[in-house]
Amino acid sequence: MASILLFLSVLACIGAWWLSRQGLASKPWLEQGATVALPPADDAPIPASKVALWIFLAVIGSFFALFISAYSMRMQLPDWRAVPVPTILWLNTGMLALSSIALHGARNAARRGDVTDLRWGLVAAGVAALAFLSGQLVAWQQLTGEGYRLAANPANAFFYVLTGLHGLHLLGGLVALGRTTEKAWRTADTARLRLPVDLCATYWHFLLLVWLVFLSILTGWAGEFVDICRQILT
Amino acid sequence: MVDVPLGPGGVVAPGDIEDVELYHPHSWVTKYVFAQDAKVIAIQYSLVALSVGLLALVLSWLMRLQLGFPGVFAFIDANAYYQFITMHGMMMVVYVLTALFLGGFGNYLIPLMIGARDMVFPYVNMLSFWVYLLAVLVLVASFFAPGGPTGAGWTLYPPQAILSGTPGGQEWGIILMLVSLMIFIIGFTMGGLNYVVTVLQARARGMTLMRMPLTVWGIFTASFMALLAFPALFVGAVMMLFDRIFGTSFFMPAIVEMGQPLERNGGSPLLFQHLFWFFGHPEVYIVALPAFGIVSDLISTNARRNIFGYRMMVWALLAIGALSFVVWAHHMYVSGMNPYFGFFFATTTLIIAIPTAIKVYNWILTLWRGNIHLNIPMLFALAFIVTFVNGGLTGLFLGNVVVDVPLSDTMFVVAHFHMVMGVAPILVIFGAIYHWYPKVTGRMLNDTLGKIHFWVTFLGAYAIFFPMHYLGLMGIPRRYHDIADMSFVPPSAHTLNAFITIVALFVGAIQLIFVFNLFWSLRHGRPSGGNPWRATTLEWQTPETPPPHGNWGKDLPVVYRWAYDYSVPGADQDFLPQNQPGTARSTMGPGHG
Repeated sequence: MASILLFLSVLACIGAWWLSRQGLASKPWLEQGATVALPPADDAPIPASKVALWIFLAVIGSFFALFISAYSMRMQLPDWRAVPVPTILWLNTGMLALSSIALHGARNAARRGDVTDLRWGLVAAGVAALAFLSGQLVAWQQLTGEGYRLAANPANAFFYVLTGLHGLHLLGGLVALGRTTEKAWRTADTARLRLPVDLCATYWHFLLLVWLVFLSILTGWAGEFVDICRQILT
Repeated sequence: MVDVPLGPGGVVAPGDIEDVELYHPHSWVTKYVFAQDAKVIAIQYSLVALSVGLLALVLSWLMRLQLGFPGVFAFIDANAYYQFITMHGMMMVVYVLTALFLGGFGNYLIPLMIGARDMVFPYVNMLSFWVYLLAVLVLVASFFAPGGPTGAGWTLYPPQAILSGTPGGQEWGIILMLVSLMIFIIGFTMGGLNYVVTVLQARARGMTLMRMPLTVWGIFTASFMALLAFPALFVGAVMMLFDRIFGTSFFMPAIVEMGQPLERNGGSPLLFQHLFWFFGHPEVYIVALPAFGIVSDLISTNARRNIFGYRMMVWALLAIGALSFVVWAHHMYVSGMNPYFGFFFATTTLIIAIPTAIKVYNWILTLWRGNIHLNIPMLFALAFIVTFVNGGLTGLFLGNVVVDVPLSDTMFVVAHFHMVMGVAPILVIFGAIYHWYPKVTGRMLNDTLGKIHFWVTFLGAYAIFFPMHYLGLMGIPRRYHDIADMSFVPPSAHTLNAFITIVALFVGAIQLIFVFNLFWSLRHGRPSGGNPWRATTLEWQTPETPPPHGNWGKDLPVVYRWAYDYSVPGADQDFLPQNQPGTARSTMGPGHG
C-alpha cells in the first residue's frame, strides 16, 4: 500500500499547508464583528469549478494510486509474468502528449483572446486524444492476438484494466472537451471560454501524467527505480 | 485577517459577496422530483435512506429469529441467514449511515449553516441523488435475482464471495452488489465534491472556517475522507468483478472446489482485505465525524453553554480524519498478514483514541455547570456520549493484537461495532431529526411519542448489545448460522440469545412510533416558529421557516461571531445568533479553549 500512502501524504501536506493559512489557531470566541479574511485586492477569487476539478483530481489520483498499490502487491507473487509492452504504446504516448500540448496552446490562445487558434487547438486536442484511444485499442488487439489474454495472467489483467480505466477517464474528458469545442465554435467571446478550456487542459495534463506513471510501471522502469532507491537507502 | 470597518450601528453592508444565479424550478416535477434545491435533495436522500434502514432492520429481525430460536423458522436456512447478514450490514453502513449523514444532513445543513443559497453545483447535486437511488434499486433488485442476494458477509471477502458455495457467488447476487457499490460511489463522488466545494467557496461573509459550527466541520472533514477512501472500495469492486465475470485471478488463489481444481491461480485474498479496509476503516469515521459534529451542536445548544475547547474540537476532527487512514489493518490481525504490521497498526489505533477522548472530555466539560435542557435531542445526544464511550472502550480491547486474536471471531466484535458504529450514530441521527425537524417542516415532533421512542431505543439497544459482550467472552462465534448443537455452548447462552431476539423485535417495532411521529407531526405538530431551540447558528435565522428556495430572501446573512455565543454575560438573551451585529461583551473573560 506504499503508493497510496505516499499519494495521501502528499495530499496531507498540501492540506496542512492550506489549513495553516486558514487561521486555525484563532480564538473565535474572542472575536466579534465581521472579521473576514479578505483576499488581496488584485487576487481574483478562484472559481468553484476549478476548486472542484482539483479535488476531483485528488479523488482520481487516489483511485489510480490504489490500483498501483494493488499492482505492486500482486506482482510480487510467483505466478506473475510481465507483459511485453507493445511498440504502439510509444506512438500513443506521443499522441496523448500532443493532445495535451494542443490544449495548452488553446489555453494560451484563450488568454490572448485569439479565437481561431483556440478553436483549432481544441479540435487538434480532440483528434489527438481519439488517436490515442484508438491506438490503445490496437495495442489490446495486438496483445490478445499474441495470446496475452485477460485471464491468462494477472499482469495481463492489470494491463487491460489500467489502460481501460485510463481510457474511460479520457473518454469522460472528451465529453467535456466536445462541449467546450462546440461552445467555442458558437461564440467568439474568448473570455467566456477561458475557464472551460482551462479546466480541460488541467484534466488533460493530469491524465497525461497518470499515463506516464502507468507506462513507467508497465515497462518496469518504476520497479527498477524503486530498487535503485532502496539500494541507496540501505 | 483584515478587520472590516463597521458602518453605522455596527453593521457591515451585505453585498460584498457575489450572489449566485439560482436555478428556478417551473413545475411541480422540477420542484419536488428532479429538484436542484439542496433542501429537497436532502429530504429525498433522507427518505430513501430511512426506507433502506427499515428494510435492513427487518433483515436483522430475521437474523435474530434464527439466533434466538434456532431451527424454529424453517425458511431461514443457512443461505438465507447469510444473505440477511450481508445485506443488513452493507445496507446499514453504506446505504443508510453514509447516505443519511452526508447526503441527508450534509445537503440540508451545509448551505443553511454557512449562509449560502444552495450548493455550488445544484445540477450535479441532483444527479448525485438519482445515482444513489439507482444504486439502491440495483441492490434491492438482487433480492429478486436468481439465487437471491449475495451471502458473502458485508466484507465480501474473496475467494468465498465468488464461489458457488456462497449464496449469490456464482449467480447474480455478488455482481449486483459490486455494481451497486460502484454506482453508489460514483453518486457519492458527485455529492461529496459539492459538499466540500460549497464549504470552501460559498461561505457567507464573515464566516471564517473557525466560525463554522462543528456540524459543518464534521460533515466537511468526513466528505473529504469519503472522497479519498471510497476509491479503495471501487478498486476492489472492479477487480472482484473481473475475477467473477472474466475469470481473472486478482484475488483468487488456486482453489479446489468440490474436488475440481478451478482455473485460477496465485491470486491474493489478502490484497482484497487491504483494499476493503483501506476504505472500511475511514468509513467508520466518515460516519462518526458528522455525528461528533452534530452532537457538539446539540449539547452546546441544550446546555446553553459554548462548546468547551472549540479549537481543540476542530483539531481533533482533523487529526482523526488523517489518522483514520493509517489504522486499517487492525481489522486484519487474524488474516495472516505479517505480524509486525499488527504491532504498527495497534499503535496507531491506540493513538487515534487520544483525539477521540479529547472530544468526549470536551462534551462532558461543556455540560459541566451548564443549564441543561433535557429535551429529546439532548437526551439522544447524552445517550450517544455514553454509548460511544462504551463502544470506544471495547475498541481499545480489540485494537490490541493479543486481545483481538481470541475475540475476533466472537460475538464480542458484533457487540463492539454495533455499539460504536451502529447504535451511537443512529442515536445522533434520531437526535438530529428531532432537532432539525422544526426547521424542515415548521412543526415540532410530538414530545411524548419522542420520549417513548428515546427510552425504548436507548435502553433496548443496551439490552440487545450488552449481553453480546458476555456471549463473546464466552466464546460464542459470530457468523455461525446455528449454534444449537455445539457442546461448548451452555444453556444460559441460548436463553440470552432468545432474550436478545425478543428485545430486538420489540425495539425494532417501536421505531414505527418514530415513523408515525414523522408523518403525524407534519400536520398536527405544534407550530415551531423559526428558532424553537433558541440556537445561534445561521439555519435558525432564516427569514422564513421552512426556508424557501434560496434560503435567505433578498440579502445573504453576514456573520459577526462564532457559533457558540450562549449565555454571554451582559447580553439581553442567553444566545447571540451568528448574524447578530456586535453587542457589548465587556465582562466576558478569555473564555475556555
